[in-house]
Amino acid sequence: MPFKRYVEIGRVALVNYGKDYGKLVVIVDVIDQNRALVDSPEMVRSQINFKRLTLTDITIDIKRTPKKKELIKAMEAADVKNKWENSSWGRKLIVKKRREALTDFDRFKLMLAKIKKASLVREELAKLKKAAKA
Amino acid sequence: MSYKFHQYQVVGRGLPSETDEHPKIYRMKLWATNEVRAKSKFWYFLRKLKKVKKSNGQMLAINEIFEKNPTTIKNYGIWLRYQSRTGYHNMYKEYRDTTLNGGIEQMYTEMGSRHRVRNHCIQIIKTATIPAKLCKRESTKQFHNSKIKFPLVSKKVRPPSRKLKTTYKASKPNLFV
Repeated sequence: MPFKRYVEIGRVALVNYGKDYGKLVVIVDVIDQNRALVDSPEMVRSQINFKRLTLTDITIDIKRTPKKKELIKAMEAADVKNKWENSSWGRKLIVKKRREALTDFDRFKLMLAKIKKASLVREELAKLKKAAKA
Repeated sequence: MSYKFHQYQVVGRGLPSETDEHPKIYRMKLWATNEVRAKSKFWYFLRKLKKVKKSNGQMLAINEIFEKNPTTIKNYGIWLRYQSRTGYHNMYKEYRDTTLNGGIEQMYTEMGSRHRVRNHCIQIIKTATIPAKLCKRESTKQFHNSKIKFPLVSKKVRPPSRKLKTTYKASKPNLFV
């Protein structure tokens, strides 16, 4: 099982620990074996330990340490935002965030919706069973 | 990023006397954990170079020096003099970092780990940013590659904050990246 995700210039990674938890960042340069120089449109370029990053499948085409404008342009060209939000990993994180933000009323509405969905499914199942019996 | 060692510029001179109305002013750039220690270090080094002590000298200025470009990676060469169990030795070490303070901090921790040298037994002689062509150590030169690419071999599985840490887990973690 060879490796598929490499630390390289242009690799998009998710921060999984610390102050910038949950943000997507781009590896812009490698400092040494443990740290990368990392950048994103909303943050100042800074160093981060690889232990705090989870690599994604997305890469963008940039040269070593690009200017902020070039980075943003490359991110637009590679369509990082949409690729991330449509990937299964990205969608799961969005759902998680939505679930965390539910109020009690929202959870009540969710419960009613779940009951309704389950009753519809059971109706259909009963119809199918009846048809199969007949 | 908070660093243990800060870089200070310390300026001082001997006190003016009848024989010497305008004594020479000396400036040192040194690393210390705080300003008080920086001033003390200044007098320590100046005593070894000139006939002046804290009691017959005056501090003129002490300013902290901050990194000019903390967003670029530089190769730092550090010349140091340290005391081992058997004598004094000189050393030259190279570090890759974004700030000089970061490189110095790496040096102090590395000297402590590799040679068991305590912080107060290290004197920094000189520091310089080295262009990539002139770096001497393979461990810094291996990162001088504009198309650098390597896999992360093992994943560190941990909760996103220390608060969510638990002693027992239901299953073994998957360490494949």
